[in-house]
Amino acid sequence: MAALRQIAFYGKGGIGKSTTSQNTLAALVEMGQKILIVGCDPKADSTRLILNAKAQDTVLHLAAEHGSVEDLELEDVLKVGYKGIKCVESGGPEPGVGCAGRGVITSINFLEENGAYDDVDYVSYDVLGDVVCGGFAMPIRENKAQEIYIVMSGEMMALYAANNISRGILKYANTGGVRLGGLICNERQTDRELDLAEALAKRINTKLIHFVPRDNIVQHAELRKQTVIQYAPDSKQAEEYRQLATKIHENGGKGTIPTPITMEELEDMLLAFGIMKTDEQMIAELAAKEAARQAAVPA
Amino acid sequence: MSDSYENDGKAHEQYIAEVLAQYPEKFAKRRKKHLSVAKAAEVEPDAPVGEEGPLLTECEVKSNIKSIPGVMTIRGCAYAGSKGVVWGPVKDMVHISHGPVGCGQYSWSQRRNYYVGTTGIDAFGTMQITSDFQEKDIVFGGDKKLDKVIDEIEQMFPLSGGISVQSECPIGLIGDDIEAVSRRKGKEIGKTIVPVRCEGFRGVSQSLGHHIANDAIRDWVLDKSAEAEWEAGPYDVNIVGDYNIGGDAWASRRLLEEMGLRICGNWSGDATLAEMERAPKAKLNLIHCYRSMNYICRHMEEKYGIPWMEYNFFGPSQIAASLRKIAKHFGPEIEAKAEEVIAKYQPLVDGILEKYGPRLKGKKVMLYVGGLRPRHVMTAYEDLGMEIAGTGYEFAHNDDYQRTGHYAKPGTLIYDDVTGYELEKFVEKIRPDLVGSGIKEKYPVQKMGIPFRQMHSWDYSGPYHGYDGFAIFARDMDLAINNPVWDLFDAPWTDGGELLAAAE
Repeated sequence: MAALRQIAFYGKGGIGKSTTSQNTLAALVEMGQKILIVGCDPKADSTRLILNAKAQDTVLHLAAEHGSVEDLELEDVLKVGYKGIKCVESGGPEPGVGCAGRGVITSINFLEENGAYDDVDYVSYDVLGDVVCGGFAMPIRENKAQEIYIVMSGEMMALYAANNISRGILKYANTGGVRLGGLICNERQTDRELDLAEALAKRINTKLIHFVPRDNIVQHAELRKQTVIQYAPDSKQAEEYRQLATKIHENGGKGTIPTPITMEELEDMLLAFGIMKTDEQMIAELAAKEAARQAAVPA
Repeated sequence: MSDSYENDGKAHEQYIAEVLAQYPEKFAKRRKKHLSVAKAAEVEPDAPVGEEGPLLTECEVKSNIKSIPGVMTIRGCAYAGSKGVVWGPVKDMVHISHGPVGCGQYSWSQRRNYYVGTTGIDAFGTMQITSDFQEKDIVFGGDKKLDKVIDEIEQMFPLSGGISVQSECPIGLIGDDIEAVSRRKGKEIGKTIVPVRCEGFRGVSQSLGHHIANDAIRDWVLDKSAEAEWEAGPYDVNIVGDYNIGGDAWASRRLLEEMGLRICGNWSGDATLAEMERAPKAKLNLIHCYRSMNYICRHMEEKYGIPWMEYNFFGPSQIAASLRKIAKHFGPEIEAKAEEVIAKYQPLVDGILEKYGPRLKGKKVMLYVGGLRPRHVMTAYEDLGMEIAGTGYEFAHNDDYQRTGHYAKPGTLIYDDVTGYELEKFVEKIRPDLVGSGIKEKYPVQKMGIPFRQMHSWDYSGPYHGYDGFAIFARDMDLAINNPVWDLFDAPWTDGGELLAAAE
């Protein structure tokens, strides 16, 4: 058995981390890999497509019910889904109370201590939105995920988030062994999306590992609580996820230490691509519009 | 009053230089600002003297800034300032140490705030009540638990006057809404519930905790003062900032009552919530511990127009001066009574001075206490003929050091937030006859062969306030200094005596 690969998916909220990761992992399981998914989002929706249902028993809710995590057994929280993929949801408080970050730390420690990581080839962490505090950086820290995949798109805020997350990775890259595996671009059909994704990847010293085209079939599958791999195994989109899975599988040990750029550099890049306009350009455009409006007014 | 004396300022400056020389340059530069020698004040000879007496010296040093990690500071935290100092002594309230168990457990009954009442029935001063946070409370928030704790307290202690919620660090970190819980539960049980945001990580010392606690009194207690039952009289005063350590407040209020005043509320030693609520009905606020409660006095002055006055009940000189100062505020009738009180206790004072004066005269003292006593007790020692060689505060602010100038004699060594190393070296070099400080300083000093008294807890004695307290104070200092044990300290081989001969 090959050494355990621990990977994590990060990215801006709503970018499609959970969908992308579950489809990719469904493709990986087809390749004969044994997989454990650790959902690190209080919403507990990181394993829905694999389990074909929303996980009900999260680590933290059960722990709160029983008293503490010490009162839990692994079987209580470990569910088996599509083709034997093991799934655990960390869970956490409702929005606006408590400390979800501490919850992530608690449940990851619990899983490790109770042997959840034995007899698997892959552990995949699905982490919420941004690295807002130390708790959500837990999967990046020592002896956890070795490769981080950042899910992004050509939208400006997704690029910001990707750059920000790579900052978090850099912080732990020298003390632990975490590396940036690459960017996964989830197509949003923005201007020059592929070029921009590749350019950002180059600037922060990584690569665009795959460009996932937009296809409504993902939505169809999701409504049925399924991955595309399960819902439409012969579709073109399923093939895209298989390609992504193969690339990630072959990418073991090839991660890099990212070189995040400053906010100004990121904005300059967007300007260079013509995505963002300079103040002068915007004023010129406004003036042109105004002139056109004036011209249209009958004298 | 002792003869005027002066300390050897030159030598003290030399000691400061020697201590600083041991530090790395950057650190020495920072600490230098906290160490000083009192310089004779430059006052015009015929300048008017304020009610606080003549300014003797300039004692200003930098203060109230962050301690440097690794220096063995003895400061506390905001929680200590609020729960331990200001709120803890309010006897008929249940004070919840809200958070993990340690903060409440390890600070349990550390201050000797005496009270009358039946513990567990209508008084709760020496009880430790905590919400004992577990991991799930951190992750899911502790508001539900607080709700439950309040219900349990109400069930177990139906005669409690109210509840205070003393926040420990995690409350602020996870953003629990203790104000909302307090408001809702307060309505539900029909009692005052005071949320206090005194998370330990706030501020540089316990001093911010005092301020936060004062603000909580302002916002959650004084707003009920209009409904408080109290028929106001012309001679009503509040004692503010007397925590009744070893019975101090009782010794104090006796004197004030004897001179015809009525104590409306005593804050917060032996206090009830009702006393605090009716405080705005008093005519004058008398503040003893200026550092920890000046904030609420300023507020009451602004909002209710109640003047406030600092006073000092340590030692006969200050007691008499304070009684006269307070009496002046109320007019000739009270002034005459104050004189009677002073005259009444004069024989007691004479007896104390006669008995202990010869045993203590000329003895040198070094002090290092909290935020008030480093200046307030100086005159009590001087009344016994003793001399203050050095003094310093843990958590004083600039205004405290200014006030110290009315007490300290020229040449007095001044040290702010002194480090373990500095204090040890200063004591070693000055070799005073007595050091007055806290429990952490006690044993190192005694091992140096120097008598010691704890000046936070009165070393389990007290009271030290008032004339009664002065008798105990004088006896305690004599016990410490003239204890025969200090004569048994020399090694037997140093006197060339019999033991040495026997060994050969």
